[in-house]
Amino acid sequence: MTQIYDCIVIGGGVIGSAVARELSRYELTIAVLEKELDVCTETSGRNSAVLHAGFNNKPGSLMAKLCVEGNTGFDRTAHELDIPFKRTGKLVVGFDNEDLAGITFLKDQGDQNGCPGLELVDRDRIKSLAPNIEGNFALYSPMTGILNTFLYTIALAENAHQNGAAYFFDHEVTDIFRSGRNLSGRSEPEPEYEIQTNHGRFRTRWVINCAGLYSDKIARMLGNQDYTIYPCRGEYFILDRKLGPYLTMPAYPVPNAKAGGLGIHLTPTVDGTILIGPSAEYIDEKDDYASTQEVSNLLIKDGARIFPRLQANSIIRSYTGIRPKLTGKNSGGYADFVIEERDIFPGAINLIGIESPGLTSSIPIARLVINMIGQKENLREKPDFDPHRHSLLCFRDQSRDVQRSLIQADPDYGEIICRCETVTRAEILAAIHNPLGVATLAGIKVRTRAMMGRCQGGYCQTRITELLMQEKNLKPQEVLYARKSSNMFFGRVREI
Amino acid sequence: MKEIKSQIPSMNPMGSTMQTLPETILHDVIIIGGGPAGLAAAIELKRLGVSDILILEREKEPGGILRQCIHDGFGLFRFKESLSGPEYAARFIEQSKAQEIECLTNTSVLEITPQKEVITASGNGLTTYRAKAVILAMGCRERTREAILIPGSRVAGVYTAGVAQSYMNLKNIMIGRTAVILGSGDIGLIMARRLTLEGAQVKAVFEIQPHANGLPRNIEQCLNDFHIPLFLSHTITNIKGHNRLEGVTVSQVDGNLRPVSGTEKDYACDTLIISVGLIPENELSEMAGTAIDPRTHGSIVDEFYQTSVKGIFAAGNVLQVHDLVDFVSLEAERLAASVSLYLEKTSLPEAGISIESDLNIAFTVPQHITGRSDCILSLRVREPVKKCKIILLQGDTVIREARLPKAIPAEMIQIPVCAADLVSLEKIKVVLEHE
Repeated sequence: MTQIYDCIVIGGGVIGSAVARELSRYELTIAVLEKELDVCTETSGRNSAVLHAGFNNKPGSLMAKLCVEGNTGFDRTAHELDIPFKRTGKLVVGFDNEDLAGITFLKDQGDQNGCPGLELVDRDRIKSLAPNIEGNFALYSPMTGILNTFLYTIALAENAHQNGAAYFFDHEVTDIFRSGRNLSGRSEPEPEYEIQTNHGRFRTRWVINCAGLYSDKIARMLGNQDYTIYPCRGEYFILDRKLGPYLTMPAYPVPNAKAGGLGIHLTPTVDGTILIGPSAEYIDEKDDYASTQEVSNLLIKDGARIFPRLQANSIIRSYTGIRPKLTGKNSGGYADFVIEERDIFPGAINLIGIESPGLTSSIPIARLVINMIGQKENLREKPDFDPHRHSLLCFRDQSRDVQRSLIQADPDYGEIICRCETVTRAEILAAIHNPLGVATLAGIKVRTRAMMGRCQGGYCQTRITELLMQEKNLKPQEVLYARKSSNMFFGRVREI
Repeated sequence: MKEIKSQIPSMNPMGSTMQTLPETILHDVIIIGGGPAGLAAAIELKRLGVSDILILEREKEPGGILRQCIHDGFGLFRFKESLSGPEYAARFIEQSKAQEIECLTNTSVLEITPQKEVITASGNGLTTYRAKAVILAMGCRERTREAILIPGSRVAGVYTAGVAQSYMNLKNIMIGRTAVILGSGDIGLIMARRLTLEGAQVKAVFEIQPHANGLPRNIEQCLNDFHIPLFLSHTITNIKGHNRLEGVTVSQVDGNLRPVSGTEKDYACDTLIISVGLIPENELSEMAGTAIDPRTHGSIVDEFYQTSVKGIFAAGNVLQVHDLVDFVSLEAERLAASVSLYLEKTSLPEAGISIESDLNIAFTVPQHITGRSDCILSLRVREPVKKCKIILLQGDTVIREARLPKAIPAEMIQIPVCAADLVSLEKIKVVLEHE
């Protein structure tokens, strides 16, 4: 008979992985079903990677409460998971009276939400905080920070995995059945769900729907017809790290309350580059990650208003993300997070509309899920739970002395594979053999930064492909770029 | 999981070797890059009597980009015969071996300082070198799809021409079945033929400019001979597909290179080759503090190929993107002569005469000269012109005039400048005149 899991999490994004990680503190059997080949391939890996302070959300909302909690607790999370994180602070800059009203509103809202240290600042103060940012006045939020969204999600997933959670990639949920029969050996009738995937059926007592863009679809499979996700696309550019030193903290315009997002802003990354974006455009498909000419022009124009150093020739890459919104095009703005278990569907917890500030709120959201389960059954903490996880070592960031001793211990650290980002063979190999067992080019890229620099893999991609084929014993036609069917090659030029 | 952290050796408790400061290794000349420029410079230096030379090469073998250029046509100027890339490289590699020039392969340069210290990484560790003269010969890299901001999906199947060439020629990996090529740069043209010869269908080459960017012989031998159409004033305005490339949208462009709406045409293809230009790879040059010319993207040099940092020299594609490797070798050989002079005299004369060009000329190299020695001025025109004159002026005085039957952006033009022709220490203006 197939195993009955205590909890199955649907979706390996930042929310699913945070839930799995927090669940793995307890004596529970846990599986994560992810339709893609890696964690954070959709919304979780395609955003501004900002740890929000919580002033953008309505007082009393779950978003406001969980965002402030997530912000405050993140130092500890970052420390436990050994991930890069900087509390940079953030400016919301304004130019005219309308902006001033907007900024005053945000400050009041933030004060009510309990965001510490918010300040209205003048132009001089802007120039002292961030000399290259334009604005006549601004809201300064000292608690806002930046992180690497890939490394955070990967860290959560790896920590969940090392504490016993099983990850199943390429497992797309196609249907869910509820038997609700009385299980032998238990005195109370327990709900039981059977989850059909493209690779077989899974059984579980609890289903936690963390399916992001598809959380409405999974909710319907679980009997909840009430929600619709409206995909809202945002396009971004990444700027060359040469510009990095000129931007010390995220700089935002005053958000338009009717828009789907916070406005086109600039954000330094923990890796030293700069992000600009995102636009907000409601689209029909949940899987349309294309960027457009119109928005490209808009990003450059709007970005240069706040950050005049921005020039089109400093762009090294574009990407897009899609917000899983509960508000459609006509209403715009934000609905609150939906995190609910209904009495008629016990054992099914739906997390729907987890858009910004979902990344910041991920751990508090996971704790909320744990509390909901804890109200129904006695959760016992695992004595051997280890909250700590170690990152891959980044050669580039080490001192010359440490680099020297690394190479002495392992000569693979002396072979620079990616020139632009100074990534060594040892790091590529460590990424290929990562605990989650991911084997795509993009999986290596997000774990090491190889191919993310200004030449975009021109020098290293062929070398990394070769290493991947060698280590995973792949034929050329089996090498995938990022997702299923993203085959890079058609076999050999000539069979030898 | 591979526990990387635990692999860092703890500092030796006995306090021995590991804690001692690493030594600096001294050389007369360090050459960064063992491609055509670096090899030619080394061999010529040796011939001129400089013997303490070290070449640093990141690849397993010297030869640079020539290793993957298995087509022929190299060496027509330098050797008066047609060689393949590896054959052309082999001539220099063999000579450098015969001359016992030291070349460290699998060695990447992490840093160059203005004091001419060079820090390298290899399997043997980190090493610090210091040289009397450093020669920058790192070559160039390709512009990417992202650099020209083509909208659309980021799918598998979009390769720059050089990456495609490396997969096919060095790794024996077939990259596509049905291809479209953006840009008429030479590597793109070469890959059009290469893909066709290996059974792929190349539907067309699209060039945003109203003129081709590759050499005429490559248009003839790589496109026309295989009936591959070249569409000028066209560009790709959308890349389609979810996972692997499914097709591209192509549009005509107007006189300002902007897509004309209503001219869109879709091409189904699984592969897109991007061949939209090369950029000198100057990260290390900038670290060393050399001033960069925004037109060439290479270091600013004088007629000695000396950069703004004394004792640091540059030649080959890291200085300016060349059309033919033969000219890279010849440039590096001229550089070697000045490095040899620099080592002998420990400094070179100030180059106070700047060279400026009009808008018809994309750039000149060198950017300034002493006026006391003869040199070769390299330049490229921006637009193709038939019958024209390139005129060098000091004030109103014509000091040199070169008549050309035609000039195209794809070809580098070289004009000798004789010290005897100069009439003053004033700047030199380079002007293009139609005839």
